[in-house]
Order: sequence, then C-alpha cells, then structure tokens
Amino acid sequence: MSLIKVTGLNHRYGERAILENINISVDRGEVFALIGPTGAGKTTLLRIMDLLEVPGAGEIYFDGKCIPRAGKQRLEIRRRMSFIHQKPQVFNLSVYDNVACGLRWRGEEKNRIAEKVDHILEMVELEGYKHRNAWTLSGGEAQRVALARSLVLEPEVLLLDEPTANLDPVSTAKIEQLISHVARQRNTTMVMATHDMSQGQQLADRIGVLLDGRLVQTGNATDIFRSPQNEEVAHFVGMENIIEGIIVANNEGIATVNIGGNPDGIGIQAVSDYPAGKEVYACIRPEDITLALSSIQSSARNSFQAKVTRVTFLGPLSRVEINCGFRLVALVTKISAEDLNLQVGREVYATFKATGVHIMERKTS
Amino acid sequence: MEIWDGFTKAIELLISLDPEVMEVVGRSLRISGTACLLASLICIPLGSLIQFHHFRGKRALINVIQTLFSVPAVLVGLLILVLFSRAGPLGELGILFTPPVMIIGQMILITPLLLGLTISALSGVSKEIVDTAASLGASGFQTVWLVLREARYAVLAAVIMGFSRAISEVGCALMVGGNIKGATRVITTVISLEAGKGNLELAIALGIILLLLALIINIVLNRLQQR
Repeated sequence: MSLIKVTGLNHRYGERAILENINISVDRGEVFALIGPTGAGKTTLLRIMDLLEVPGAGEIYFDGKCIPRAGKQRLEIRRRMSFIHQKPQVFNLSVYDNVACGLRWRGEEKNRIAEKVDHILEMVELEGYKHRNAWTLSGGEAQRVALARSLVLEPEVLLLDEPTANLDPVSTAKIEQLISHVARQRNTTMVMATHDMSQGQQLADRIGVLLDGRLVQTGNATDIFRSPQNEEVAHFVGMENIIEGIIVANNEGIATVNIGGNPDGIGIQAVSDYPAGKEVYACIRPEDITLALSSIQSSARNSFQAKVTRVTFLGPLSRVEINCGFRLVALVTKISAEDLNLQVGREVYATFKATGVHIMERKTS
Repeated sequence: MEIWDGFTKAIELLISLDPEVMEVVGRSLRISGTACLLASLICIPLGSLIQFHHFRGKRALINVIQTLFSVPAVLVGLLILVLFSRAGPLGELGILFTPPVMIIGQMILITPLLLGLTISALSGVSKEIVDTAASLGASGFQTVWLVLREARYAVLAAVIMGFSRAISEVGCALMVGGNIKGATRVITTVISLEAGKGNLELAIALGIILLLLALIINIVLNRLQQR
C-alpha cells in the first residue's frame, strides 16, 4: 500500500504555474527519484510533500489518511517524515546539539537522545566532532550532519532535495553510500530530487521525470533511459541521437526506419511494433554505438560507413561526432579512440543493434 | 591649572573608592540594569511575535519603531512627568522622584531600540533555518526559540545597546528623578549638577567611569559581533 500519495496536485506562484496535475504514489520502503532540470518544480513538490507548503489544489495522503490543509495534525504527520534541504542548513550550535534538536522537540528522554546521537554520529563518521560548532564544518561534513540530524529521527519517509549538489566526488560517494545503506537497512521510504541521472539510476527503485512542472514519465530506470516517452524526456536522459524518420516496413517486429525522406535513403533497423507509414523518432544512446575501421561481421543489424566530423575528450571517454548520411554521436573509451586514431575526416564504420534503437512516436503538430 | 587639579583629585577619588562616587555608580548600574532587563523581557518576545507574524501594517510598525530609536530623553521625561505628577493619571502611585519611576522612564526610552534591533537580529536568520526547523518537527514555539538561539549574539548586542543608551541618558533621569542626594542621583545627573556648581573633580571622576563603562561595553560588543 502506498505510504505517501499525491493526487491532482496543482500549484502556482502568482501567475506562474509551478506544478500541474501531479499524481505520485510511493510505497512503503520504496526509493523514488524525481529527476528533472533545475526549475522543474522538484523542490516545490518536496516542500508540499513535507507539508511545509499548502498546494493550490490537490490532496496529499499519508499512510492512507488525507491530510488537512491546516491544523495541528500537519505537525504530527511532519514529525513522521524528515526533509533534507538542498543547501545544508546547520544550526549555529555544536554538532551534538544539531543532531539532538529533532529528538528534543519530540520530547525524547535525555539518555535516549545521547545514545541515539552517539550512534548516528558514528554512522556518518563524525563521532570526533561532537563538540565542534557546526558552522566550522566543511560542506561535505555539514551535509553529513544534516543527514544525521534527519536519520536520528528514524523517519518513515525521508525526503531529499539534491542531497549531493555542490559536493566534491568523495563527499558525494559517502552520502550516496549512506542513503543506500539506510534504504536497505531500515527500509526507509525515500523521495529524492536530483538532476543527476546516474544518481537516480543508482539509488532509486522508480524514477519520475519532472519537466516544467509536469510529471512526464514514471517508471524504472531501464524504462526511462531506454524508452523515453517523448522527445523532451529523451533529451533530458541523454539520448543524444534523436533522428527523424518514417517507418517504411515492419517485418515481425523489426521495423525499417527511413531517414531523410528519400525513398532510396538510409534505413535503420529497429525493434518496434509501429506499422509502416508511422512518423517516428529513432533514438540511440551514444554509448550503444560501436566504431570500427572495417565493416565488422556481427549480429548487429545496423552498420554504416561514416566520416568523423568532430572529437571531444571527456576524461576517460571520447565523444565522437560522425556523419553517415545523418549525424550520429558515439561515446567510445579514450583508449579505443586512440587505437582507431579517430580524428576529423577519418573513415569509420558505425555499428549498433536493432534493440539499441528506441522508436518514439513523432507527433506532427 | 584647574582642570589638571580636578583630574588628579578625580583619580584620587577613584583609587580611594570614595563612598559617594561608589554610591552613585552603584545606583546608576542598578537603575539602568533593571530598566534594560525589564525592557528585554518585554521586547525580545514582542519582537519575535512581530517578526514571525504577518499582519497588515507590519512594515509601517517597524518604521515607527525605528523612528523612535532617536526619541530625545527629555521628551520621555516630560511624558513621565505628566503621567506621574500629583495631578496626572498615575499620580496616586506617588512614585515621582524615586528610582522606580526612573526605571520606567529608561524602559520607555530604550524599548523602541531593543524592539527594532531584536526584529532585525531575528530577520538576519535565514528563511532556510526556519524551514529546516519545521522539517525536523519543531512546533511554532520551538522554531521561534531556535531562531532566537541562532540570533543570540545579535540579540545580546541589542540588549547591550539598550543598556548603554539607558546609562548614558541624562534628560529623563534629571526630570523624573529630581537629582536628590542619596536617593535618585545617578552618574549623568551628578556630572551635570557638580560641573554646574564648579565642583569639577567629582564630575571628572564620574565622567571617567562613564567612559570606562562605554569602553567595556564596546569591547564586549565587538567580541560579540565577531562571532
């Protein structure tokens, strides 16, 4: 059964619509990630779920009960949740007092508080910092205090707003580890906003894509990353190759997509149920494209001769733009880019499988 | 070298802990300290109430409070005189020319300052702190208490500013205290009276003490503002 549920939620600031018709249901123990670009409304949605704000319209259910728009019950429900804000706001108090405050507010007994705080500080590896003023901590340490301060309350729902934004990679890894540890060990329900897709993929059971205040698609990581529902989602999840085409034939689930409109033009083979005549986008993730110097014999149905038009180095990977009658972007490791001597003008073969192509309906507007 | 003479005698009075000097200083500290304490007890909760509630005319109220920062002490003295004189509405209390009425006068004098500085101290605490407290399950009262603690140095600075305004004012203390020897004389009124009589040594000695107090207050304030 769903622990936290949002139905028909609409919210606006003045004239501007922030959230439009949001429906989400998160089960007990589930980790739900909200992904979307900055300004999509993720923070507002979390604030409404934490009952910090009252939505313009719509209902919020917690543990099956509809939450009133005002009154004492909101504090009671809020005390069963905890919200970690994007910028860690530690109080100008000792680390110990920071972590203890939520328990004190709930009227917990002094000895129990000391026990719980000590235990949680050990978990976030800050046991030596007990008496330090929290304002003297680094960003990563402050975020861990903020996390400890929430976790010590043993909330049923943990709401996280960009928990690792502005942190260095080491601190990020630590926080992510803690989050997944808590999700597994305590079976805590989590709703997490992030613009980092790999984080969503790594930590969440289910992902919702929030674009411009609308929940465009909900599903597991594979659904979202492999089969985005529309062009917007595809762009956001890093589908760099979105190619316009039209299905000219469909043979038992293997469609031929004609690119460029020319009847003798290039055809991409893709797994799809759409019939011939359908206008579509063919989407290919850049990491699903293999580059080679000769046409390799493989089970992959698509292989095109191409010319390299641009190479960009991105740390361990290289982003290679090629032209094979249409533009494609491929990601290859730096080593293979060097082995293949990829540079502008070089002739290569681009190969990808029919299952690596996601076909999306193109709505002619 | 009248001034130099006055100065050396003043130092003598200070070093010998002259009973008259000590009595006046003690009374000053008691009266202004009490006024400041009582005003703080009213202004800090009231300031929190104003800061954390949205109501019509809030901006205007804060403007009025800030304007009253610089209300002249003699004007407050006049008000008190009118209220507490025999014929006044509070005349029956019969406390004019006693320390209690001086305390009331100084409280009225410093209330706008304390109130205004408390509000600005609290508004210096970010909205995110308030939200974080709410998210961690703080009730309204618990949130206010936390914000007061977050702003504790700024609030303390406000209290000290109030005290220093109270102890250095002369107009109100003179008008409503009456400068009665052994009863309502405070540092500033003695300086004004003795200097007028040409009795410079006592005036200078008390002047030095007032300056020392200002120095101590300043050091403490600086320390607080650095935190």
